This record gives sequence, structure tokens and C-alpha cells, in this order.
Amino acid sequence: MVKVLVMNKPSHIISYGKLTTVWLVLLTLTGLTVLITRVELGGYKVLGALAIACLKSGLVIAFFMHMKYEGRLLRWLLFLTLATLAIFIGFTFFDVLYR
Amino acid sequence: MNSADQTHPSENGGFWSDTGKSGITSWIFSTDHKRIGLLYFYSTLGFFLAGVLLGLVLRIELMAPGRTIMGPDTYNAVFTVHGVVMIFLFILPGLPGAFGNLVMPIQIGARDVAFPRLNLLSWWLYISGAAIILISLFTGGGPPDTGWTFYVPFSARTGTNVTLAVFGVFIIGFSAILTGLNFVTTIHRLRAEGMTWGRLPLFVWSLYATAWVQILATPILAVTLVLIMAERLLGTGLFDPAQGGDPVMYQHMFWIYSHPAVYIMILPAMGVISDIIPVFSRKPIFGYKMIVFSSLAIAAAGSLVWGHHMFTSGMSDTAILVFSFLTFIVAIPSAIKVFNWVSTLYKGSISLEAPMLFALTFILLFSIGGLTGLVLGAAATNIHVHDTYFVVGHFHYVMFGGSGFAFFAAMHYWLPKFYGRRYAEKPAVWAWALMFTGFNIMYFSMKVLGLQGMPRRYYDYLPEFATLNLASTIGSWILASGLVIMLANLFHGLLRGEPFVGNPWGGATLEWSTPTPPPTENFMEEPVVTHGPYDYASLKFELPCLSSKQQDQANQETA
Repeated sequence: MVKVLVMNKPSHIISYGKLTTVWLVLLTLTGLTVLITRVELGGYKVLGALAIACLKSGLVIAFFMHMKYEGRLLRWLLFLTLATLAIFIGFTFFDVLYR
Repeated sequence: MNSADQTHPSENGGFWSDTGKSGITSWIFSTDHKRIGLLYFYSTLGFFLAGVLLGLVLRIELMAPGRTIMGPDTYNAVFTVHGVVMIFLFILPGLPGAFGNLVMPIQIGARDVAFPRLNLLSWWLYISGAAIILISLFTGGGPPDTGWTFYVPFSARTGTNVTLAVFGVFIIGFSAILTGLNFVTTIHRLRAEGMTWGRLPLFVWSLYATAWVQILATPILAVTLVLIMAERLLGTGLFDPAQGGDPVMYQHMFWIYSHPAVYIMILPAMGVISDIIPVFSRKPIFGYKMIVFSSLAIAAAGSLVWGHHMFTSGMSDTAILVFSFLTFIVAIPSAIKVFNWVSTLYKGSISLEAPMLFALTFILLFSIGGLTGLVLGAAATNIHVHDTYFVVGHFHYVMFGGSGFAFFAAMHYWLPKFYGRRYAEKPAVWAWALMFTGFNIMYFSMKVLGLQGMPRRYYDYLPEFATLNLASTIGSWILASGLVIMLANLFHGLLRGEPFVGNPWGGATLEWSTPTPPPTENFMEEPVVTHGPYDYASLKFELPCLSSKQQDQANQETA
């Protein structure tokens, strides 16, 4: 039988408390991104800012976009996509950092 | 799999007639993957022929030193449009769009792709992007003259119509992303019962690997193209050192997409070859799992080697070392494929018909192109041959000798299945011989010219390069005459040739178990797969090259 593309999964309701906590963490991380520009870290400053940005997008994807409650396949596919992007950006630093 | 239906095409028009709809709208608004596949096929073939004409014009200009038929500005525009048309309008969408759509859903036992409407949208995006590129040639400041790479700072400053051309390519990028998404979902979700991952035809595996590259790399091209538009229209200065920008960053961003794009072009071609070689060798493919692994490895490792296009651009030595090393890594899975194809041929009962001749040519030309790629991948030798005709020869060996010849192999192998009629064999072989000869004269001359120091992208050259340039131009005429004979014979055959029924090639993949031409939903009943795609033991021999006595004997031996 040909498989049918229907996904009837129960929706997940996340409590206001949890959503507010994630929001506050995001705000804190945004503040940290601003602060890191004032510390002298050379090229690593960009890496630091990107790491914080990754953490923030991870939180948004996990909680606001409900990826935390999805199946393993979707999580892996998303991880693969993000990891590829990270590698693309990371590899350009072989040039930028050592010029 | 059941033996193929023997109905004559005149009695069974399959998807051509079973919906009862006709006229242009039954094609351009159809969601049937086969009709969309043929739309892609004829669109990409049309652009290929336009690209060929531009290429011939370039070769005529280079036939002798000095101005022959055009000046430098026209030459710049012609080679740019030749590159843009061939890369973005032919090779990239050619095999996945045309033959991926035509064959892949049938090969996995599905009735259609997972998102048929999205599939139609992909074709419309492709055609819209192509139309915008065509409009860009005749409006604004005229055709772009930057080369297909749109390198800054020139692309940000030239007065030609770069913005519109780049926007057209941007639209075509979305077509590729949607096709990739559709194929990944289809292969994951719509495989027939018994069609395990280990039984997927290798063409499907190659499309799967390609689709991932399309999804992951193409958005970066889109971003890069938007940045060119921003640079031109808003003067953002992202790539302008005077404003704190970095022109080398543009090259990184462009090649992050465009090198993996080379694998979007070559991987489906490798899939075609992996499907044709065992059929015409009457032997199961050698090393199925390793070919699958190598497709995935090429897709993964090939995405990390873009820096080898930039060894002379002022990149850091560390980056040159890393990208050079990674480039050599990609050679390993490519070589695995070549060795496995050759091992499949070993002691096979080889039948040298047109699809097989084109497939064997692929192996030779791709190997020459691939090995000369290592000359470019090694940093030391790259410095000497960078931006010379050696590079032009190299990538034409890989792209035309590889993907192009695989496209021709696929045309001869699969199109008769969808038309129910076939081409004449002798003219096809003659056409192949002319193309093979013309191709090597044309492009091998370029490799030698490059080693002698002739730079690329100039309309003129020093007198010492004259002889080989003349040879190359004569080669282009031989190649073009072969191409004309091939297309005339193929299309005459598809429309008026001998009936093509049953399973004349003796393939064991699912498309050979459906009626010819296949019905709209591909199968009369849902297939159940019980053996692998290259398991010929369960097939009856119906090869036209064998006499009935030989066929009976072969069938008894395999029974």
C-alpha cells in the first residue's frame, strides 16, 4: 500500500509560564549579544555572537515552533539543515581568521 | 514485478490520452509528474540548443586571432549568456526536472510525487525565471557581461542589465528548492510496498542526494543574489572595501552554492549511468551499497570544497590548505563510482546500443574531467592554470562530457518508454561517434591551450595559439553535426519509429513493469516489490540483439 501523507497529531499547549521564561531568556541573550561587542575578543567576537544567536534560534525552534514535541525524523532533518549552515559559515572562517 | 504489458501504443496511449484532456492547458496546468517531466525536458532542451548556438558563435570568433565576427563587448555578453543559459536553464534543472520527474515516481512504485501542485509550481517558477533572464537581454543596459559568476566589484558597477538577470536566477533557485523538497518527501513517504531503501534504483538514490544539496545550498545562492541587487540598487557596500566590505566574501557566498551546484549537475547523471550500465551488461551492478554511499559522500563532502575556486583571490593560506585537502577527499567517492561501473562491465554480456555508448562515453569523459579537476584542486598547480583555457576544458569535460552525455543516454534509454516508439539504432550510433570525436577535438585542444598559457574570457589571443583554436572550432562543428543527427533521429523515431513495447532493454526496475506509455497513475495495480533493481534472474530476455534461440537459451540459463 502506498503510504498516505496524513499526520494527525494532538496539538501541544505550552503554559504561559514556560513561554514567558523562554522569552525572558531570549531577552537576556540579546543583552549578552550587545555586551559581547564591548569585550576585546578579536575575530572570536563574531563566533561568540553567532553562538548566542544559535542558542536563541534553538530556543525559538524548540518552544515557539514546537520542535521539542515533534518526532525524531523531523528533529534530525532540522539538525542536519542547521548543522550544514553552521559548517558553511564556520568554514569561511578558515579564510577570514587567518588572512 | 510482473512482466511488462504488451499492448501496442496505438491501442494504449497511456498518460497521453487517458485523461481525455488535450490542448496546451492539459500540459501547462497538468499535475501529472510525467507531463511536468516532459515540460521540463522540452524547456531545458530548448535552452540547451540556444546555449549550443551561442557556444558555436564563441568558437567562430575564436577561430582566428583578432576580431573575426564580434568585438570584445559583444564577446563578453555572449559568453555570459552562454554560461547563464547552460548552467541555470539547462544542466541544473535538466536531469532532475526532466528525467527525475518522468522516471523517479515510477521507479519507487508511486502514482505521483508527494506534492503534485508544488511540482507544477516549480516548473512555472523555472519558466518565469527563464523569461525574466530573456527579458534582461533586451532591456536596460543590455545583456549582462559579468560571466555567469556575477563577481563583484564588476557586477556591482557594470551598466548592463545584471539586476534583472540576477533576479531571474533568484526565481529559478526557488524552483530548484521546491523540486528538492518534493523529491525528498516523495522518496521518504511514497515508496511502494517492498521498496526498501536497499532496493531503491541508484538513479533514485542519486536524486535523493541531489535533492538535499538543492534544499541546503540553493538558499545561499538566493541570499547572495539579493546582496548583489542590494549592492547595485542601494549601494550597501557589503563587498566594497572602501566602505568596510569584503569582495572575497562575495566569492565565498557564491561558491558555497555554486560548487555544490556542480554536484546537483553531476549526481543525477551518475545515477543515470548506474542504471544503464548493468542493464546493457546483463549483470547486477557491482557494489550497490558503495555507490549509494558514494552518492551521499559526494553530496556531503562536495559541499565543503568551494574554496578551491578562490586560490588566487587573496584567501588565507590556511583556507587554501583546508580546501585543497577536502577537494582531494571528494575524488575518493567519485573514483568508487568509476571503479564500480568498470567492475560491473567486467565479464558482462555487453550490448553496445546507443544508451550504453553514451553511458560508456560518460565514464571516459568524466574520468578525464575529474582527474584534470585534481590539477585544479592542488593549490600549487592551480596557480599556474587558474583562469586559463585549461579550466574551460576541464569543466566542459565534466559538465558536457559528464552531465550532457548522461542526458543524451537518458534520452535514448527512457524516452521510448514514454512515447511507445523508438529511434533507429544506426543513425544514433553515427551521431554518437561524431559527437564523441568532435567533443574531444574541441575540448582537449582547450586543455592544451590552457597549459600553454592562453587565458579564458578574451575575444582575442596571441598568434601561437591559432592552430589549436582552429582545431577546437572545427571540433565544435563536428560535435554540432552529431547533435543535429542525434536529435533528428531521436524525435523522428519517437513520433514515427518502430513500436517500443514491453521491456526491450531488459531492465529490472519498476518502470519496465508498467504499460508503455505508462497510464496517468503509472500502474494498473499497486506494485509489490520482491527483488532488487538489478536482479535480472527473474526477467525474461527480450533483447532485440539476440535471436529467439539465443533468448530461449538465456532464459533457460537464468531460470
